[in-house]
Amino acid sequence: MARVLLRVPTTAEKGSVIEIRALIQHVMETGYRPNAQGVVQARDIIWHFTCRYDGEVVFSAALSPAIAANPFIAFTAIATESGPISFTWEGDNGFAQTETRHITVT
Amino acid sequence: MKRLAFALLACCSVAIAEERRSGLLDMRPEAQAMQRDDSMNPGMLWVLDGEALWQRKPETGAQACADCHGDAAASMRGVAARYPAWDTASNAPIDLAGRITQCREARQAAPPLPRESHDLLALSSYVAHQSRGLPIAPPEEAGMRATRAVGQSLYRARLGQLDLSCAQCHDDHAGRRLAGSIIPQGHPTGYPIYRLEWQGVGSLQRRLRGCMTGVRAEPFVYGSAEFIAIEAYLMERARGMVLETPGVRP
Repeated sequence: MARVLLRVPTTAEKGSVIEIRALIQHVMETGYRPNAQGVVQARDIIWHFTCRYDGEVVFSAALSPAIAANPFIAFTAIATESGPISFTWEGDNGFAQTETRHITVT
Repeated sequence: MKRLAFALLACCSVAIAEERRSGLLDMRPEAQAMQRDDSMNPGMLWVLDGEALWQRKPETGAQACADCHGDAAASMRGVAARYPAWDTASNAPIDLAGRITQCREARQAAPPLPRESHDLLALSSYVAHQSRGLPIAPPEEAGMRATRAVGQSLYRARLGQLDLSCAQCHDDHAGRRLAGSIIPQGHPTGYPIYRLEWQGVGSLQRRLRGCMTGVRAEPFVYGSAEFIAIEAYLMERARGMVLETPGVRP
């Protein structure tokens, strides 16, 4: 399991704009770099990120080899109702991780 | 007369203190924000890894760091601000990474973690993070004073094919630009740092190696007496400045 830093508000007013930040530990190896022995290292990146709010996709992103290690993604959403906000990262070598936080909307 | 001299001295030391600035302030605002906010600072990933290692027993089954030292927030507070320190056992100066390795070998009977390995950087980051916000306070022992003198002479020694000393950039031309980058004053306030160029966390010695290869000098070996001496001098030079670990630098 990769380490994740998430910032999701635990409570929000209905209709307000909330900022969500997600940082994940990942090498994001491009697939173009030779190592110390001169052998090109296989690509190992996260290629997709999805955020679901109460089951519905509210944000998704396709990542490419040009993106730096430990990708950080920040975006906004509108607080509609209380429920789970889940984050999924998918990548090479079967990398898949999901984290869930709960938001209470008043 | 004596009082006047004291007043003058006080003024001077304040002026010097004001002139010194952390490399944090030389960065663009976005990078500064990245360091200041723990939810954006990728160095925190290493701190969290270090916390897990602190609690975990080593593969030998010996006691974990936490079994002796307890809660790091209390036992490790201020420790990193005092390193490098004098090691009475070996009668030599020792840096924080060296102390962690020594403790691991002697008390946990575990193989030493290699310098710049993920686990050693994670543990160093976790320990140093406990001193965040505290002023750098190098120890006063005679041995450390001698070490710092060696470090100072190394800092002023011209090195490599470019025949440059640390002081020529970081004292004489700090604040000016080397190509597109601002030359920082070289205060080690945020180590181990997350360097955007490295895309990972590295130690002060790795940073020093970067400068040494930059002037086409053969870098010192990790953990060598020379590096520890320079580190000790830099910490003395930054005495009283606030530790920021984990720092973010370009």
